[in-house]
Amino acid sequence: MTLSDRLRAVFVDALELPGDVDVENLTYRDIEQWDSLGHMTLVAAVEDEFDVQLETDQVIDLSSFKVALDMLRGLGVDE
Amino acid sequence: MSELTGRVALVTGGTRGIGAATARALARAGATVVVTGRDAGRAAESAGEFGGYGLALDVGDFDAVGALVRQVVSDHGGLDVLVANAGIMDTGLLGMIRADDVRRTLDVNVAGTVAAVQAAGRAMARRRRDADGTERRGGSMVLLASVVGTFGAAGQSVYAASKAAVAALARSAARELGPRGVRVNAVAPGVIRTDLTAALPTEVLDRQAVAAALGRLGDAEEVADVIRFLAGDGARYVTGQVLGVDGGLVP
Repeated sequence: MTLSDRLRAVFVDALELPGDVDVENLTYRDIEQWDSLGHMTLVAAVEDEFDVQLETDQVIDLSSFKVALDMLRGLGVDE
Repeated sequence: MSELTGRVALVTGGTRGIGAATARALARAGATVVVTGRDAGRAAESAGEFGGYGLALDVGDFDAVGALVRQVVSDHGGLDVLVANAGIMDTGLLGMIRADDVRRTLDVNVAGTVAAVQAAGRAMARRRRDADGTERRGGSMVLLASVVGTFGAAGQSVYAASKAAVAALARSAARELGPRGVRVNAVAPGVIRTDLTAALPTEVLDRQAVAAALGRLGDAEEVADVIRFLAGDGARYVTGQVLGVDGGLVP
């Protein structure tokens, strides 16, 4: 499974997304599930799945699937 | 097995007074305890007394607080208990308070506590496993408010304001973090014999002792015992509370 696939699965699971959501183009507050509370659930899930700890600025900056993907690559998470 | 066996606890400002007594109480209850202090050597020495770990931290440095919590999680595999104890107490009558003194008190007592709660909340929301493989999430935080945050005290306006903010933070954080299994409470000590209160005039301490229903000042261990209770599973349905530990300072 690629990094992108794993991250997609984390988004779907953490935000309880229906199957037809275009996760790759999702941005913060696009949908009801990704509100501030959902964001913290998502951050915890990302940290769990990829065994990383995000800094506060990174938590705030994590505003889309694409940003999250780039962030994980920047943290050296294997593809 | 003790109540907190297998749990990781972080006590900021844990090198003396209520913080040190709390660190010892948590260690006695079985927790792995990390204490912080402004001086690394002092923190290590204090932690060494009960087999814990000591780290240097200036709680007034917002980013450093988050980094330290991440280090504790990396070193010990998670965080279960936060005791946000670090604080400073400047006294000064109105009309004689400098802006820098206000900022420093708010940086340490309020912003530093916010930073600790924020970072610890995220750490506690993460999955981790007990030694037997059982998965768990959540945790418990105890913040240090003060009786003066509720009732006020002449000459302590800034300190009182900062401690009122801590109480409000505990209540708000409890609401926000409760859904993720994290409890947040505060204790509001009365006048406790510590280095912090040693700076107060004797007549003030005597007056406070008489004002308490129990007729005496408190000891750090008496506050630590309440914090240990709030940190443990005995208080598993208690959150958002500010509990006075003041010998009965009823107005």
